[in-house]
Amino acid sequence: MNMPLTAPIMNESAAAAQPAPALETIIDIEGLNFYYGAFQGLKNINLKIHDKKVTAFIGPSGCGKSTLLRTLNRMYDLYPGQRAEGRIMYRDKNILDADQDVNLLRAKVGMVFQKPTPFPMSIYDNVAFGVRLYENMSKGELDERVEWALKKAALWTEVKDKLKQSGLSLSGGQQQRLCIARGVAVKPDVLLLDEPTSALDPISTVKIEELIHELKQEYTIAIVTHNMQQAARCSDYTAYMYLGELVEFGETDLIFLNPTKKETQDYITGRFG
Amino acid sequence: MAGEHSSKQYDLDLEGIRSKVLLMGGLVETQFQDAITCFRNGDIERAEKVIKSDEEVNRLEVVLDDTCSHLIVKRQPAANDLRTVMATIKAITDLERIGDEATKIARTAKNMHERGIPAGLNHYDIIRSIAASTGDMLHDALDAFARFDKEQAKGLIAKDKLIDQEFALILRSSITFMMEDPRTISAALDTLWVAKAIERIGDHAKNIGEYVIYVVEGKDIRHTDYGSRQS
Repeated sequence: MNMPLTAPIMNESAAAAQPAPALETIIDIEGLNFYYGAFQGLKNINLKIHDKKVTAFIGPSGCGKSTLLRTLNRMYDLYPGQRAEGRIMYRDKNILDADQDVNLLRAKVGMVFQKPTPFPMSIYDNVAFGVRLYENMSKGELDERVEWALKKAALWTEVKDKLKQSGLSLSGGQQQRLCIARGVAVKPDVLLLDEPTSALDPISTVKIEELIHELKQEYTIAIVTHNMQQAARCSDYTAYMYLGELVEFGETDLIFLNPTKKETQDYITGRFG
Repeated sequence: MAGEHSSKQYDLDLEGIRSKVLLMGGLVETQFQDAITCFRNGDIERAEKVIKSDEEVNRLEVVLDDTCSHLIVKRQPAANDLRTVMATIKAITDLERIGDEATKIARTAKNMHERGIPAGLNHYDIIRSIAASTGDMLHDALDAFARFDKEQAKGLIAKDKLIDQEFALILRSSITFMMEDPRTISAALDTLWVAKAIERIGDHAKNIGEYVIYVVEGKDIRHTDYGSRQS
């Protein structure tokens, strides 16, 4: 039975009392197509990522969510045979253009991967590495920036007395927060998190989710996750993708309580058949 | 309706809940009909049966709430599944209350009999119409819930208003009788409690209709003027 799912979930009198805050778009994806050689991984994606909001991407394996994430900072450039067509507008520029400075892009649009990837250097140097590439700072200023970033990642109190120890000596959850600190240190606009807690235990996962909640006050976050409850908990907007297409995009509450498309509902309720 | 889950066990869990709710609905519907019958004809045995059967209704309430909790913790339902479970939990409460109201009617009938007030068409006539309307409404509510039929559910909202009006009429005419002849006060009050219990059952049936609309449309229409805006 096709259920007409059109109205918002909230009691109507309550909904009328709250005016919607103004939304700004920070990344505007228009007509994006992506190819792995001859295979088309993304098909005509049109999506606006809202500033200082968390946008989650969900969908079954192979749906294109990580592929989409990796177009947002041109990570696919590293692999021959992969190409993107269309427009991804960020700061009034199409980042897919050949003349885009990809290093600068990747500082402004940082990425954290599923498997924590600290550099094989000290905790301090992990965080300072990117800053040193882009900014000319005195030692004192750099110390301050490192401390600031580690505080932002809720890691400072745990590592402040062992900044010279290797980043690899930390636990998985701590390493992941170190990677977030590293990303935040270069003052990005956007953080891309590709299944950031898939490899972590439940307690570390909660800490990262709390961190996401704090970070979104200042940064835009896009997160790919297999964990639907995580998407429901952490994000403001959710995009459901399937076979390279964007099936539905909307406010997370609506997507999980009353989605518009049957395909979305089938996925989130476990009707995969 | 919405297709099968990949987990067969999930579908079985949901079906188990559904069949228990329908069972509970059937029980309270029978309780109500039996309670009205014994108010009409003074059949004390039937009154005892209604009172006793409330134990089973209460037991089902507890079992169903527990089953729904287990489903939530195991399956973390979303979207239509979540709305269905939430509506079920709420409907269970309304069904249990309907059982309680039917039990009150049966107790009142029994009590009147024990005080030597003859059962008879006099008292029954007063509530005949409201009992019939409410019986239909309860049946429609259970039917709408079983099939998640939103059109049938929408109809319940208007019907409840009529039942409220019928109760107001009964109240006014009862006051008139009591003023005319104080000897009727005792029996008139008892009849009034019965009418009130029937009116409350109408409210609970309307609530069940609201839950059906919530499941089907995703809209929570409680405490809105949804019923008067829809035609």
